[in-house]
Amino acid sequence: MRGLLLPVLVLLIWQVVGVLGIVQSDAMSYPSQIALAAAGALSDGSILTATRQTISTALGGMAIGSGIGIALGSWFGISRRAGRLAQTSVEVLRPVPSVALIPLAMLMFGYGYGMSISVVAFACLWPTLIITKSAAQQVPRELLEVSDGLELNWARRLVLIVLPKIVPNLFTAIRLAAGIALIVAVTVEITANPMGLGYALIVAQETLHPDRMFAFLIWIGTLGWLLNAGLLLLQRRLFVRWDGA
Amino acid sequence: MTHRMRLPDIGSLVILAGLLGIWEITALSGWISPVFLPPIEKAVAALFDLASDGTLLRAIVGTTFRMLIGFAFATLVGCGLGILIGLSPRARAYIEPSLEFLRPLPASAIIPVAILMLGLTKTMIIFVIAFGSLWPTLLATIQGIKSVEPRLFEMARTMELSQRDVIRTIVLPSALPDIFAGLRLGLTVSLILAVVTEMMSAEPGLGSIILQAARSFNSSDLFAGVMVLGALGFVINALMEQGQRRLMRWKSD
Repeated sequence: MRGLLLPVLVLLIWQVVGVLGIVQSDAMSYPSQIALAAAGALSDGSILTATRQTISTALGGMAIGSGIGIALGSWFGISRRAGRLAQTSVEVLRPVPSVALIPLAMLMFGYGYGMSISVVAFACLWPTLIITKSAAQQVPRELLEVSDGLELNWARRLVLIVLPKIVPNLFTAIRLAAGIALIVAVTVEITANPMGLGYALIVAQETLHPDRMFAFLIWIGTLGWLLNAGLLLLQRRLFVRWDGA
Repeated sequence: MTHRMRLPDIGSLVILAGLLGIWEITALSGWISPVFLPPIEKAVAALFDLASDGTLLRAIVGTTFRMLIGFAFATLVGCGLGILIGLSPRARAYIEPSLEFLRPLPASAIIPVAILMLGLTKTMIIFVIAFGSLWPTLLATIQGIKSVEPRLFEMARTMELSQRDVIRTIVLPSALPDIFAGLRLGLTVSLILAVVTEMMSAEPGLGSIILQAARSFNSSDLFAGVMVLGALGFVINALMEQGQRRLMRWKSD
């Protein structure tokens, strides 16, 4: 595996530089110290608690945000009129950077899950809305005419005709939202909310524990990678031959 | 082809006005305490207050300036490294797996590391913005170069073009749409990181205005700041979209 050469080399040089004490800095730590700190954080359970908090935040926010996004997106996609009417409101709200809502969420919910989850939900809403909307717009008109002919109400029409057709796109939207959710959850914790992995990172920095800080940083990176790789694998398995029938 | 500004649909403006109306009624009726939700006129008044003593302009300039400096670094390094890595299949084999591992890492997670190394300084902020917006640009550039039609390289070889000419006449033009998409994402990331780092370092900017407003329970200032950030995001997005459209038109000619 040629891909492993670079990381191994980096770790090796980092270790040697660290052990020899070539770089003197508050931020300096090296791989063996970091591994020890990671083992410490594992054995006292702090890394597990923090991971659980961050993951619950990310999942909760993602469920709410992409739920609303998928609902609105399929509505705006199926009904041209609803899509047209909502256009300006969506264009006005969407460019608001999700992190700009951190202070507002802090004011409304105080510290805790509510604050992080609301910001994550806002961040996940827009990409899922846009993807679902454009997927629903591609649903063939004939299918919708069939549902008119069958006199299906809108709920059955959505569940029986539209959703099966756009499932692969929905999965892509959710995969995207999951990545965003983890990033935003960690960001809210780093910026303001005293819980989860982001806060553990900040505490390690403020108490001058670079070994612990790097341990958490590497763990956050691994978590993001696992999430992405897992969902990608699932998507490939599930939708190899999905033709939307 | 002439490009006309797309006017928003009347009905959709009515819906937006309706949403603003709901905000106003909710705020005035006191269903949601004014501590959290100010009536529109209060938020607008706060906006004018912030604008009148120059605070707002300084904040906008500060935020935009740091964002653009960091983004400029990211663009230079991202495109440069991206071209180097993208052109060499061997370099790609060694480096790409590491990049794929780093891609999902939240950019904000390096803020604590940057603070330990550089302190709560302007350098730290610009470093974080540059580092965070580097990834989209770098990965998109590599992707763009990978998808250059291989025949074009063969043609360049038979024409005995120099490496420089190959990059200038073949690689860049065909990779440009990908690179631009990466830059667009990078600029969004840099705005987000500019706001986040301001909130953490109290460097004067839009991020610190809204955090300060929340800490002092001043929802009018908070909403004013969020509106300005939304407008900034809107303008950036519109400019990039405009640029992208120009680029595509030039390409299709």
